[in-house]
Amino acid sequence: MSHFLDRLTFFRRKPEPFANGHGITTTEDRGWEEAYRARWQHDKIVRSTHGVNCTGSCSWKIYVKGGIVTWETQQTDYPRTRPDMPNHEPRGCQRGASYSWYLYSGNRLKHPMVRGRLIRAWRAARKTLAPVAAWASIMEDEATRRAIHKVRGKGGFVRVPWDEANEIIASANAYTIRKYGPDRVFGFSPIPAMSMVSYASGSRYLSLLGGVSLSFYDWYCDLPPASPQTWGEQTDVPESADWFNSSYIIVWGSNVPQTRTPDAHFFTESRYRGTRSIVVSPDYSEAAKFADLWLHPKQGTDAALGLALGHVVLREFHVDNPDPYFTDYCRRYSDMPFLVRLVKQGDHYYIPDRLLRACDIAGGLGETNNPEWKTLAFDEASGRIVAPHGTLGFRWGEGGRWNLEEKAGDGSSVRLALSVAGTADGVEEVAFPYFGGKGHAHVAGTEHPEILPRRLPVRRLAGAEGEIVVATVFDLLAANYGVDRGFGGANVASSYDDDVPYTPAWQERITGVPRDHVIEVARGFAANAAKTHGKSMVILGAGLNHWYHMDMSYRAIINLLVLCGCVGQSGGGWSHYVGQEKLRPQTGWLPLAFALDWTRPPRQMNGTSFFYTHTDQWRYETLEVGELLSPTAPEGDWSGAMIDYNLRAERLGWLPSAPQLRANPLDLAAAAEAAGQAPADYIADRLVVGELEFASQDPDHPDNWPRNLFVWRSNLLGASGKGHEYFLKHLLGTAHGVQGKDLGASGQGAKPSDVVWHEAAPEGKLDLLVTLDFRMSTTALHSDIVLPTATWYEKNDLNTSDMHPFIHPLSAAVDPAWEARSDWVIYKELAKTFSRIAPEVLGRERDVVLTPMMHDAPGELAQPLGVRDWTRGEGRPVPGLTMPQVSVVERDYANVYTAFTSLGPLLDKHGNGGKGLTWNTSAEIELLGKLNGTVREGPASGRPRIDSDIDAAETIMSLAPETNGEVAVKAWQALGQQTGRKHAHLASAREDEKIRYRDIQAQPRKIISSPTWSGVESEHVSYNAGYTNVHELIPWRTLTGRQQLYQDHLWMRAFGEGLCVWRPPIDTRSVTPMIEARKAGGGKDVVLNFITPHQKWGIHSTYTDNLIMLTLNRGGPVVWISETDAKTAGIVDNDWIEAYNANGALVARAVVSQRVPQGMTMMYHAQDKTVNTPGSRLTGQRGGIHNSVTRTVLKPTHMIGGYGQLAYGFNYYGTVGSNRDEFVIIRKLDQVDWLDHPAAALAQEAV
Amino acid sequence: MSIWINTALFGVYPYVCLTVLLLGSLIRFDHGAYTWKSDSSQLLRHGRLRLGSNLFHYGVLIVIMGHFVGFLIPDFLISWLISPAQHELLAMGVGGLAGIIAIIGLSILIHRRLTDPRIRQNSRAWDIAIVVMLWCQLALGLLTVPVSAMHMNGALFEQLVTYVKGVVTFRPDIAQFLTGTPLIFRVHILLGFTIFLVSPFTRMIHIWSAPVWYLGRRGYQIVRTRRLARASLPERQP
Repeated sequence: MSHFLDRLTFFRRKPEPFANGHGITTTEDRGWEEAYRARWQHDKIVRSTHGVNCTGSCSWKIYVKGGIVTWETQQTDYPRTRPDMPNHEPRGCQRGASYSWYLYSGNRLKHPMVRGRLIRAWRAARKTLAPVAAWASIMEDEATRRAIHKVRGKGGFVRVPWDEANEIIASANAYTIRKYGPDRVFGFSPIPAMSMVSYASGSRYLSLLGGVSLSFYDWYCDLPPASPQTWGEQTDVPESADWFNSSYIIVWGSNVPQTRTPDAHFFTESRYRGTRSIVVSPDYSEAAKFADLWLHPKQGTDAALGLALGHVVLREFHVDNPDPYFTDYCRRYSDMPFLVRLVKQGDHYYIPDRLLRACDIAGGLGETNNPEWKTLAFDEASGRIVAPHGTLGFRWGEGGRWNLEEKAGDGSSVRLALSVAGTADGVEEVAFPYFGGKGHAHVAGTEHPEILPRRLPVRRLAGAEGEIVVATVFDLLAANYGVDRGFGGANVASSYDDDVPYTPAWQERITGVPRDHVIEVARGFAANAAKTHGKSMVILGAGLNHWYHMDMSYRAIINLLVLCGCVGQSGGGWSHYVGQEKLRPQTGWLPLAFALDWTRPPRQMNGTSFFYTHTDQWRYETLEVGELLSPTAPEGDWSGAMIDYNLRAERLGWLPSAPQLRANPLDLAAAAEAAGQAPADYIADRLVVGELEFASQDPDHPDNWPRNLFVWRSNLLGASGKGHEYFLKHLLGTAHGVQGKDLGASGQGAKPSDVVWHEAAPEGKLDLLVTLDFRMSTTALHSDIVLPTATWYEKNDLNTSDMHPFIHPLSAAVDPAWEARSDWVIYKELAKTFSRIAPEVLGRERDVVLTPMMHDAPGELAQPLGVRDWTRGEGRPVPGLTMPQVSVVERDYANVYTAFTSLGPLLDKHGNGGKGLTWNTSAEIELLGKLNGTVREGPASGRPRIDSDIDAAETIMSLAPETNGEVAVKAWQALGQQTGRKHAHLASAREDEKIRYRDIQAQPRKIISSPTWSGVESEHVSYNAGYTNVHELIPWRTLTGRQQLYQDHLWMRAFGEGLCVWRPPIDTRSVTPMIEARKAGGGKDVVLNFITPHQKWGIHSTYTDNLIMLTLNRGGPVVWISETDAKTAGIVDNDWIEAYNANGALVARAVVSQRVPQGMTMMYHAQDKTVNTPGSRLTGQRGGIHNSVTRTVLKPTHMIGGYGQLAYGFNYYGTVGSNRDEFVIIRKLDQVDWLDHPAAALAQEAV
Repeated sequence: MSIWINTALFGVYPYVCLTVLLLGSLIRFDHGAYTWKSDSSQLLRHGRLRLGSNLFHYGVLIVIMGHFVGFLIPDFLISWLISPAQHELLAMGVGGLAGIIAIIGLSILIHRRLTDPRIRQNSRAWDIAIVVMLWCQLALGLLTVPVSAMHMNGALFEQLVTYVKGVVTFRPDIAQFLTGTPLIFRVHILLGFTIFLVSPFTRMIHIWSAPVWYLGRRGYQIVRTRRLARASLPERQP
């Protein structure tokens, strides 16, 4: 009744004490306890997860109470593993557990918002003008345009209704398409696997417009180019459960407990089982405490360590006492037995040329289909030269012989010879490049010459055009590692103590790792693999992959794994876990995401080249191609700047181009028609005479600027935007902190020769930047329009990972709060608005689309024997062969919404598929019509509907083999056509199974084995990459069909990376120009290597503005430095410091720690500058983020295309945005300026 | 007119204040159980809290006890023990000393509350207002000491005692007892009742919850039984 009155119990008899008076009983009111009980009561639990870039892919229980999400806990109902194997759960980490904070935090975006100056201009224009005309009037008035753009990032947002925001965006899109072309409308969103429908919503909208999706995996530098180079596979890795099956694990540059928290238990459990654990990390990372032996090479020298490990393995397990398992594995599953042509360079020595092809031999060994793509080897028994099954030439244009059976093209059984040592026609000196002699300011050089001639056995053959000298890849590889095999000559080592590349003694000077440790680890790793047939594993990550020469570190490790027969074996192999999370139902998702059901091909652009070009980072490029070129580079024209190489790659059809050409692609088809030519011929002709040019030839010309950019599910500017200050300066045109001068002003370095140089660089290329987010990120802050999106607990979506084999959902626990909408609804409504507005300027249009030669398509056979550059007079451009493919796409702009919300007819016509396979999918289309209903009227009448996000999820799951057993069987059968083998048994047990959205809401489901992936889901083994290649004899999708350790493309050889070599970090020259600033600073400072690892307090499932996480750390941006370096610069723990170089500056607090080795500093990735960040003394701007001091540098070998596995694929191959070769100057910030000045000055100049 | 005002201020106002204090505290205890707390800032920062709080609380407890004992002990008991003059001297001496200790402590606390950014940030307007009021009240109380010193015969003191006793014994004409007393006493009384008035709306309610019950409790093991209390609780929904 009343708490007070209830206490008045004077007349109640007091209970007797008990326990000899030690205990008493009271009768006081216990109602207050209810409060504590109610604290943990809830109305419902909904299954969801964290949906942009967390590999964890952990299923969570989301608790809802009174319509409010209150907290989350880990789901514990993953399907069990088999006996003798730990279960998957609990999966989840402290970041994920704090996510629900975002839903109702002050940082939540609640309403659509538009930059104040823009909305004023828009409303004024709309009084008299139609929407598109209104947008035109704003953008064509340069003063207004600049006024809007130059305050980007300075606040000033105004709430607007959804309809108005949509109208502005749709008008901008329509205007841009009409005036410049649809290839000027861009979208950036990362990692579809974590919320496939949300990604697909934006990319579907863009693809229907003809707009461009930008890739992220390469841009994040999470793509390991060594994977496509070696395996023709973007990235395929073992699930974390397979760590448990390993008995020797090297964790290398990956911080498993910190960045793979939910998986780390398998690592621990494998150690309980007796697995030996080696951790390689320059800093004492969280992973280091798991180590039986902790190796700490100097950062950036991993390739040297990896090569030395390989040297020991080659010496002991291949040369001195060949292990039968290793030998057999290398013979069957690697390119080691294949023959490489050797050509004379100068008078003294040979250099390795391309792989020998059937077309090099008179008669082509009887191979008439693609003889130039069939590589050759010797049969050990008969001694004849053969074209073994499974090489790339067998993949296209024929069927039945593309497999790894030990057979020659003529059907006879063969056993390939790894070496020609016993049958050699002689021993020759072959030159190998050595890059480690060049000094680097912070990495030791060794005094070896830059060309290392080594002797190896060769064969001489009668070729179609004269004598050919050949050697096997194995013989080249052994020589490259400097293993003395008794052929005499210099530069080879018979002892590990010889200082010859690449011995353990040699690496000691570079890495600092004792040679004994190298020998011990190599022996242990290989001995274990020999005994267990490949159960040795390397877990590797960003610590290696974010370096400029990441492919060398990776290939050194891959070589080690292949030499030990580990790839494709349960418990063994290459476990790269960086960024890319496996989109398991990929082939079901592709038609939805890129609108392949309505229009083909979609426009896709590689992110790194795009951002490098259009944030004008190329204007500051000081790295010259000559610095990278091999001393053994074949004759040729290797001149030009980095951007010139990228332009060349675009012109040759290697890399995509967007914006494409300096012309509106909507006008080209009509122009071709007027000229009486097919569009492809018309464009080729005009390109030759120079009437048309690639947009990238003059990226600073306003005709060629990107105009509209959508960013969703991403914090492009606050996290992944390498060269942040260049983004601000050139792409956005707002206040920035760029310190260095461009090549024009500095006079340092050569300007590009092919790409046009403008004296004045453009500032503010983008007309419109739209960000969809649920929080005010750094990107949202700099946008023109911000759209509030649903959080991960407010929408329905799908989620898969490479870390476990299950598919599970995001589900809406509550409706989106305030005015927020899910990504699917936002883009759907935008499509609706666009369809209404577009007819003002657009109708049915014919769009000319240029696409590069794609991997996993016949186009990968385009350029077999060499590079013919039509821009240099080497023949005419032939679309699809020596220049991009040209297609004409019909677009019905008034019906974008209709197409968006229904499944289009092209799937009936072309079927569905992926990775070079196609199957009929009409049964699934019929199924979807029944599941989702069909459209009643209009242009899509009778088509299955895709109205809601759940409809979209059902579309993905019905079409994909991984979630529809019937499709899986069809897909395996389709692959069987190519390989001539039966694979359907891998899926037949689950043929009747269809995994639907509501199924996975009930419980995560294990996906069904599919040929999209190289591993299998089975009751006997955990998922492991390459498993079907080894056990089903399906070739890798490479030139030799095997694991490709020798890269024979001309550019690979020119840049010295035919075989894996040691290459020190590059010199970015970003510290030297800062002499003046350092003098002006006057105080003490220190120059350190700038490393940006993933952090503990906010990554993947949460961000760095999460108060709960901030409370656990220092509440704002931090930079880690060593005690020694801190002392040098007079810094003590928790001081505010400034880190700067020519790219810009950032401020943060110093964490002075023994964890960090001297000479490097770590700034955790993606610490937004929105929380607790003061201004930089140098730039006068707030803070700066980790990418304020970085700048992207491209690598020419990543631009190669049209060549087997080195052909372009979206997020598969291309330039990558490395950033760890960077150095910064760190000094103490004496005065902390919070820039809390009134904004009066800005307000004055408002329009 | 002045009689009306005098009656309103010293005859009616005290009852309004006391009513609000008692009823307000009761209502808050029953309906705002989670707001029944002292709102200590000790979790935010220790610092000078230990010294300031101890000085203030011990000082002010003695002062309050002195007021109760001094004003409310029956006349016969007082006159049997000491003379009014001695009584006054005792009040001035002990009360003055305790008041000085309390005001030093409170000054430390106020300074801390206003200057420590973290505590300032976490202070509501009333948190600051109430300590300022208390400080003023202590200052006024101390200022009465020299005034009393000018009337050492005990007559003035007697007059005040009569007034206070009048308040608690509901005498209808109490306002007149203050006629002729120095202004400072009347301001001190008014502010005192005002503090009573605002107490239920501030952290002052913690004065009701002094943890004294532990002193008399026996036993080490406490069983808070439900058996007897259940009857009075509404049945819980399944």
